Amino acid sequence: MTATTSTASDTVTKPEEVTLTIDGVEVSVPKGTLVIRAAEQIGVQIPRFCDHPLLKPAGACRQCLVEVAAPDREGNVRPMPKPQASCTLEVMPGMQVSTQHSSEVAEKAQRGQIEFLLINHPLDCPVCDKGGECPLQNQALSNGSGTSRFTGIKRTFPKPIKISTQVLLDRDRCILCQRCTRFSDEIAGDPFIDLQGRGGGTPGSDEHGLPAQQIGRFDEAILGFAGGEQAPDGDTVGPGGEPSLAAGTGESTPTLGEAALDASGRPFASYFSGNTIQICPVGALTSAAYRFRSRPFDLVSSPSIAEHDACGSAIRIDHRRDVVLRRLAGDDPAVNEEWITDKDRFAHPWQSAPDRLTSPLVRDEESGELVPTSWSEAVHLAAQALTGAHGRVGVLPGGRLTVEDAYAWSKFARVVLGTNDIDFRARAHSAEEADFLAHRVAGSTMDVTFGDLERAGEVLLVGLEPEEEAGTIFLRLRKGVLAGGVHVSSIAPLTTRGASKMRADVLHTVPGAEAVVLTGLAEGATEAGGVELGDLAERLRGGVILAGERLATVPGGFTALQRLAEASGARVAWVPRRAGDRGAVEVGLLPGLLPGARPVSDAQARVDVAAAWGVESLPDTPGRDLTAMLEAARDGDLGALLVGGVHLDDLPDPALAEAALAAVGTVVQLEVRRSAVTEHADVVLPVAPPTHKAGTFLTWEGRPRAFAAVFDDASLSDGRVLDMIARAADVDLGARSLDGLYAELAEFSGWDGERAGAPQVSPGSGHEPGSMAPGTAVLATWRLQLDSARGQDGEPHLAGTQRRPVAHLSAATAAEVGVAEGQTLRVGGPAGSIDLPASIVAMPDRVVWLPQHSPGSSVHRMLGTAAPGVVDLSVPTSEVQR
Amino acid sequence: MSTLAPVLSDLWDAPQSWKLDTYVSRNGYDGLRKAMETDPAELITMVKDSGLRGRGGAGFPTGLKWSFLPKPDGGPRYLVVNADESEPGTCKDIPLMMANPHSLIEGVAITSVAIGCHHAFIYLRGEVVHVYRRLLAAVREAKEAGYLGSDVLGTGYDLEVTVHAGAGAYICGEETALLDSLEGRRGQPRLKPPFPAVAGLYARPTVVNNVESIASVPGIVSRGADWFASMGTEKSKGHGLFSLSGHVARPGQYEAPLGITFRELLDMAGGVRDGHELKFWTPGGSSTPILTAEHLDVVLDYESVGAAGSMLATRALQVFDETTSVVRCVSRWIDFYQHESCGKCTPCREGTFWLKQILQRLEAGEGSESDIDLLLDVAGNIEGRSFCALGDAAATPVKSAIKYFRDEFEQGLHTPAWELFPYEANAAFTGVSS
Ligand SMILES: Cc1cc2nc3c(=O)[nH]c(=O)nc-3n(C[C@H](O)[C@H](O)[C@H](O)COP(=O)(O)O)c2cc1C
Ligand code: SF4
Ligand code: SF4
Ligand code: FES
Repeated sequence: MTATTSTASDTVTKPEEVTLTIDGVEVSVPKGTLVIRAAEQIGVQIPRFCDHPLLKPAGACRQCLVEVAAPDREGNVRPMPKPQASCTLEVMPGMQVSTQHSSEVAEKAQRGQIEFLLINHPLDCPVCDKGGECPLQNQALSNGSGTSRFTGIKRTFPKPIKISTQVLLDRDRCILCQRCTRFSDEIAGDPFIDLQGRGGGTPGSDEHGLPAQQIGRFDEAILGFAGGEQAPDGDTVGPGGEPSLAAGTGESTPTLGEAALDASGRPFASYFSGNTIQICPVGALTSAAYRFRSRPFDLVSSPSIAEHDACGSAIRIDHRRDVVLRRLAGDDPAVNEEWITDKDRFAHPWQSAPDRLTSPLVRDEESGELVPTSWSEAVHLAAQALTGAHGRVGVLPGGRLTVEDAYAWSKFARVVLGTNDIDFRARAHSAEEADFLAHRVAGSTMDVTFGDLERAGEVLLVGLEPEEEAGTIFLRLRKGVLAGGVHVSSIAPLTTRGASKMRADVLHTVPGAEAVVLTGLAEGATEAGGVELGDLAERLRGGVILAGERLATVPGGFTALQRLAEASGARVAWVPRRAGDRGAVEVGLLPGLLPGARPVSDAQARVDVAAAWGVESLPDTPGRDLTAMLEAARDGDLGALLVGGVHLDDLPDPALAEAALAAVGTVVQLEVRRSAVTEHADVVLPVAPPTHKAGTFLTWEGRPRAFAAVFDDASLSDGRVLDMIARAADVDLGARSLDGLYAELAEFSGWDGERAGAPQVSPGSGHEPGSMAPGTAVLATWRLQLDSARGQDGEPHLAGTQRRPVAHLSAATAAEVGVAEGQTLRVGGPAGSIDLPASIVAMPDRVVWLPQHSPGSSVHRMLGTAAPGVVDLSVPTSEVQR
Repeated sequence: MSTLAPVLSDLWDAPQSWKLDTYVSRNGYDGLRKAMETDPAELITMVKDSGLRGRGGAGFPTGLKWSFLPKPDGGPRYLVVNADESEPGTCKDIPLMMANPHSLIEGVAITSVAIGCHHAFIYLRGEVVHVYRRLLAAVREAKEAGYLGSDVLGTGYDLEVTVHAGAGAYICGEETALLDSLEGRRGQPRLKPPFPAVAGLYARPTVVNNVESIASVPGIVSRGADWFASMGTEKSKGHGLFSLSGHVARPGQYEAPLGITFRELLDMAGGVRDGHELKFWTPGGSSTPILTAEHLDVVLDYESVGAAGSMLATRALQVFDETTSVVRCVSRWIDFYQHESCGKCTPCREGTFWLKQILQRLEAGEGSESDIDLLLDVAGNIEGRSFCALGDAAATPVKSAIKYFRDEFEQGLHTPAWELFPYEANAAFTGVSS
């Protein structure tokens, strides 16, 4: 195992304590603590708006004023002449703080600020989304006056502005606390919105004079600057159904390359914009998805864990009468702090999409159509077909399972179906990767954590774009980078926006040559395969390497990674994309791996597991991986396929999957919604989406993230369904209750036998772009955070905020092909081609990057090849004529 | 009995006073020559000993400010001259830079040498394009003559001076907002600490000083700290420009030792305009509490004006005679503060918005019974609660005007100010109204 060298955190000495009094109560807090935080320690809540514990102090709203006396140089305690903002003031030894509870001055100062904020705040609480959970409303009641002395004219604005298709802004409600702008700047690093204008503006509608200070995107039309023209927006969001003002679109939008735009034509905003809505202390920022849908006091809130990536972010699900209305970030300092991605926040309608399966289906023998049937019949038919093909069933559970469900799949395959033909990887994969997972990942819980990343010194990314594939890692790394605790390097073909925001050094590498670079680093080289490495090998000592699942596409990649880890002593973590991937490794959803890091090939391991499962023996030959299973099914070597959450477009060869599903005798599907697999299924068994079941996701760190069911209805988890099939086949799977499962799972912790051997694949040199034919290129591709994934179905406002699909290539390659920036580039493969606007960036020549699964660019299906394959580049004839 | 003490303004009546030749012919740049031969620490001590206090308003001892810079660490250190002069009534830096720009540039060069700065900035308010051109020309002349540039006076000292024109915002005169603006950001005050001396321009140690403060430095260096300290009062040393404006016979700049009285200055300026009498005045611009005829003999130094309940600040003496409506005057001042509030903090942004509406109805004779107490309360909720001094400044005229002229505000409950004080009679220049 990795020897954990002492990290920075071990040597940090305990911070000095400072003792002061607040309202006469003595309290000791670490040096550097802000007075407002110290007060919280003794249960005193000082009212505040701009203050946010995760943002830098601003001192803008002046709501948190307190009276302070502090010792001078001679030690005489002297009152400060003015009330002080407790959110910007650090504690001092001997300080005496008087809050609103013990000081009339503080109380009056606070009352005064609330009154000021309310003079220009509309009284539209009854129709405002925030009403009922609004800090302004709450603090106006607790620390304000019952009536207003303001009789004049308020400042008003036309409302609302559509900052993006998702985020709406009512400027009249805004109290200019700058939380949203500070979040955008300090946390996400996106120029999403900023302050513009100056001062309080003019009473009445702000259509003359200087624009008042307001939040916005510097849209000329909205600020009323010459030349700005209002772009019409068909979508109505106003309270009376009137169209919103659309920010950032239309005539006045500065000409940006396609690569900088979102799907709605606005400059790309942010993958984290929803956080601004949540931290806005008033109802100024709202989401199109939730606006006017509900009152907070009608909602029931359930804590949960987000299902969209392997980060396991804490979320809060707000629902009403069995309908999810919205999701918010939960507060978990160890994982996501208080931030989540827009995908985790807004992409929830998929769980109740119209195509959600509600009753079991079987294929009617006569019509050949799927028809609804009873559970008992469907389970009986499934059991019959699967046991009939005992030992000849391929099991494809997918990567979105809870640990509990995954465990049931693992046991079901071995015990009921008598096979090791099981593979959770519903995407590009390799045997080398499986070896690495068995050798290094399984059982290696919490070697690297989110918190570690902030102080890791050096983090090397390979096959991973955190902003796109693991948003919470991106935020942590950026935080650590800005605080000076970590520097990021990345082995990737181009410098993405996410990489720039992390100030990463990107080692521009031709896809497929990552192994060469990793090997170079392991050997302490300063150059490898034409890539400058500088002193990175040196810096990596005691650092961290984060390897994405995409490294599986690189022959020798995981082998080289393993070597580098050993050579540098850097800790390694594997970061998959899906919520269930890490748990799947732990419970053995791999052809060569049993639960708890036990290799199939190890007799003792098999005996161990068989004993735990109360069976005599387990199949002893390692099974086939996903591609091998599909080939076997296509060729008639398998009798049945048992398929879970598998999307064909994600697979490296969707055509092979189609052929396999069509050829194989029986297809039994366990799914939440109808999918392309359903077309081929003989028995379809509906399973519960995350809201309808309890379970645990393992994060990429290996951290268990348990969640309870939000809704309690008749939906069954995968485990329950598999248990029923097993019983119909006279096997007790023990997966009826979670308690039973936990007891079993506990038996698998700790394996003291031999671990699976390390991967041993020598690095391929990859392609030699220099010697390739002109007009060809090596394909680079990965998934964007927001794309055509089915998990984002039913959320058009979110879809509007995704990046515009473009094809990236170098200037020299573009010149070779004869394509100009913004012109259509045609990328061709064996199955067809993809046309996208060309975006010229710095990257290796004869490499082209495409979004893997975005509108108009589903690489595996449309091209029939995967990275790092070779594709053809051309300019469509229509474009040439243009 | 004090008289004038023209130092910076001594040259103003010379033909082409702004030219380098004119300046040099009157011993200009002698201070710099001397400074180049002096130990920088000695220069700082000299300025400390002179008793020079910042002429930008707060009156902070200039030499002491320079000494706050941390020890050199090899990185850049900056001098930034605050030439944003935008306070209502304050009008000394602009004529100074117009008539005698080289006094400022020589001061910049000496100060830079003293603090180890190799790139100094002059942040000029953007509206004064003529002054901008004059400064640019003066910097060019000085560079060509070797007083600035890569080899100052042949010593090898390297000094670049950039004149930057702002975009017209009062708040950009506040030193930290100025630095943000100079960096190309939105002009809003920064949270302190860190103070500019530690992390100022581009987060490097920075000295920010007013134009007049810096322009006073060459005299101190060439004629000595004692010479400077011989003028003024015990704690307020040296010469200063007093700007008389309003209902006065001969408005303009009067350079005199600190400690002169308003009565003396008013006499030199020919008194209040013919046939009229003094009603109230400001000692240092609209941000300082107003004073009345009973304060004519207040000694104009920091301590005495403070004791009289106001502030010396920028010595902008605005004179108002009996034809002036106090309500109208305060209402215009609040219009200014409301317009110039940067918007960062609640009390200033919202408080001035509210004050403005109350004052407008009082001016129109439409005030209500509670309005005067409301004005005082709103002003009280701004003062000492705002993020920077602009908010405090906005509360000041309201509070001091009500203190001395509450009855006039009470008349605002029923009679418009223009009936009580016909605006034509108030116009300082005939033919100009409102
Ligand atoms: C709202 C506001 C406006 C200011 N405007 C100016 C100005 O125009 N010129 C100036 O020298 N100082 C101005 N100051 C004062 C500066 O913040 C700073 O104190 C001064 O430039 C320091 O220079 P000194 O020490 O030489 O006086 C202003 C302060 C505030 C709060
Ligand atoms: S929109 Fe909300 S978070 Fe942003 S400044 Fe306004 S009140 Fe604050
Ligand atoms: S007091 Fe507040 S709003 Fe006014 S100028 Fe200063 S920071 Fe801006
Ligand atoms: S919470 Fe302290 S100023 Fe806003």
